[in-house]
Amino acid sequence: MNQAILEARGLRKAYGARVAVADVSLGVATGEVLGLLGPNGAGKSTTVGMLAGLTRPDAGTVTIGGMAPAADEFRFKRRIGLVPQELALFEDLPAIANIELFGALYSLPHRRLKGRAMEVLDLVGLADRARDKPATFSGGMKRRLNIACALVHDPDVLLLDEPTAGVDPQSRNAIFDNLEALKRSGKALVYTTHYMEEAERLADRIVIVDHGRVVATGTPAELYRLLPVAQTLHIEAEGRIDDASLQAALQAADGVKAARVDGQDIEIGLDDLPRTTASVTHLLAARGIRMRRIDSGRASLEDVFLALTGRQLRD
Amino acid sequence: MNAFSALVRKDLVLYFSNRRSVIVSIVAPILIAAFFGSLFGGGDSAPAHVPVGIADLDDSPLSRQVVAAMKADPSLAITELPDATAAAQVKAGTLRASITLPKGFGAQSSQALFGASTKPRIDLRYDPSQSMVLPLVRGLLAQHAMQVVTQAVFSGSTPVIADMREHVAADSTMPPERRHQLLAMFDDIAKVQQARPTDPAASGSNPGGGRATLSMPFATNETQMSSGTEPRYNSYAHAFAGMGVQFILFMGVDMAIGLLMSRRLGLWTRLRAAPLSRSTLLGSRIASTAAIALIIFAIIYAVAMAAFGVRIEGSVPGFLAVLAAFALLTASFGLLIAALGRTPEATRGLAILATLLLVMLGGAWVPAFIFPAWLQKVSLVAPTRWAIDGLDAMTWRGQPFEAALLPVAAMLGFTALFSILAVWRFEWEE
Repeated sequence: MNQAILEARGLRKAYGARVAVADVSLGVATGEVLGLLGPNGAGKSTTVGMLAGLTRPDAGTVTIGGMAPAADEFRFKRRIGLVPQELALFEDLPAIANIELFGALYSLPHRRLKGRAMEVLDLVGLADRARDKPATFSGGMKRRLNIACALVHDPDVLLLDEPTAGVDPQSRNAIFDNLEALKRSGKALVYTTHYMEEAERLADRIVIVDHGRVVATGTPAELYRLLPVAQTLHIEAEGRIDDASLQAALQAADGVKAARVDGQDIEIGLDDLPRTTASVTHLLAARGIRMRRIDSGRASLEDVFLALTGRQLRD
Repeated sequence: MNAFSALVRKDLVLYFSNRRSVIVSIVAPILIAAFFGSLFGGGDSAPAHVPVGIADLDDSPLSRQVVAAMKADPSLAITELPDATAAAQVKAGTLRASITLPKGFGAQSSQALFGASTKPRIDLRYDPSQSMVLPLVRGLLAQHAMQVVTQAVFSGSTPVIADMREHVAADSTMPPERRHQLLAMFDDIAKVQQARPTDPAASGSNPGGGRATLSMPFATNETQMSSGTEPRYNSYAHAFAGMGVQFILFMGVDMAIGLLMSRRLGLWTRLRAAPLSRSTLLGSRIASTAAIALIIFAIIYAVAMAAFGVRIEGSVPGFLAVLAAFALLTASFGLLIAALGRTPEATRGLAILATLLLVMLGGAWVPAFIFPAWLQKVSLVAPTRWAIDGLDAMTWRGQPFEAALLPVAAMLGFTALFSILAVWRFEWEE
């Protein structure tokens, strides 16, 4: 990793007795996308709030270009663009008026405002809808406008808190294209999500958080190396499996590295697909379990998370 | 355009682009004020005629004179009706009151004047929803009945004095000295009665009829005291002040709910992420709410002046100062609601209830002088009372600038209090 432009060390935040973030450290460099991955309630948004200077940490530090918010809060905030999880748009103002408003809040000179607003609208593919109100936009278009509002003042770091929540695959791809363009232009991006495929596609490095703590950090390749298995087998039984000893029996089967039984689903971690598939199907047939479907695949970050925390990302 | 003005401009554009807000804040108060203004007399300063029924069961010359006198009174609209019909119409609300003069009224009332007979009982029925009418009708009836009866007694048109003299002369239980004095008085009255037709000096003192009578010992000059020497009271002035205050406070509540909604929608977080001080964020909110309040009041008063004859009879700078102070009060009230509220849904109901209590105590619905004395004092703790009193003073009461100072100071005091509480309680971290 190059020198981090945004750096956080030992962040902690509690609301009364509830600890939202216990200990988070991370850094992101210019032209890099850092994925902040974790299930709902893991502390991602609180971490983003602290990175953006919105929430004061109980402990730890955040710096941007070596400068802490306490040194000059306004300068600190001018270097950050925040794309909140919610659609933070004034629905009854035209798209361009939304962007101009946020530009004015960041003290952009009036003569530059119009041109810059059109630039960012063009970047997110909404230039032809500049005069329309967001109330008439699709969910994906609103998300793109949300990003445009955060870009108008040309920040060094873009904090994106689940920016694709609730959008269709086509709009999601359009957003990814926008973010990849921003990355190429040298922006540092922090991208929170609980969608592994998004993190895998966009992130150069990934920080996995759970219960407010960093449980793993590294490039996707580094994280895969944490997995004991390279492949997975997913079997869906015809009915709910009530065999309490099945999980232990599967874990002892030939070629099986890990096994989990949940309702009518069986997840198997393995290295040698043909050999292990044969032993598993033989075992299930011997116990009278009929299979409805069987899928195999390469291990994903979901499996990494599962291996590290014992639960799934979308829990 | 700096951040502060951008935020203010944004609030103004959003508010006035919302058709519902405009209707609620501008059209509704105008319509309701027009209604209330017309109920309380409208722009016409002439007093209303109270519809009263009268049933004359006696039908004597004296009772007919009482009926005629009542009919001639400008405060009343008298209709002669059978007793049962009059009672039914009062019950139905068509008449405010009814008077029934009983049989024997003429004879009994003359004698009862000296306590020589049982007093005739007049039935006076009234609409309980119009209880203010009762003392008016009772007072006017007493006035006209006394005038007619005393006129009859002292003019000699009835034998009352002669009968009374006979009665006193025959009363052996009365002390001689007292009997002598009374008989002398009756004789003197009889002499006056006999002399009157040919006594020009005496008739000159009674231009009404040329006969001796008792009458009210005073007359009144009735002048409306509103704006200097010209009586221009316009009940619309109070109604527009009251309804303007009410609906502008509703606008303040709307702005507060808008802030709570912006918290929920993430807009507030987004604004806080910008390099803006807390004073810019809250100050712009106060400025935009106050500006909206002033614009709404300006439109409401423009309509009131153009269509309903409302005038600023007092100090124009004083009027503007009261409006400006109330606009700031509204803004701080809205901010306090936003600071204390948790969810938009729960806050809206409570805030509207608080607003309605404030405008009720402030005299927006009915003038505060109708309140009981204790409530008039208590209602001074309602900032709306100062707003409405200030606007009344500067419009139809025609008071000078100095009269605006106390209401303005009181409203600014409330503004400071609300603002301090709002800033203290405002939650910055979500």
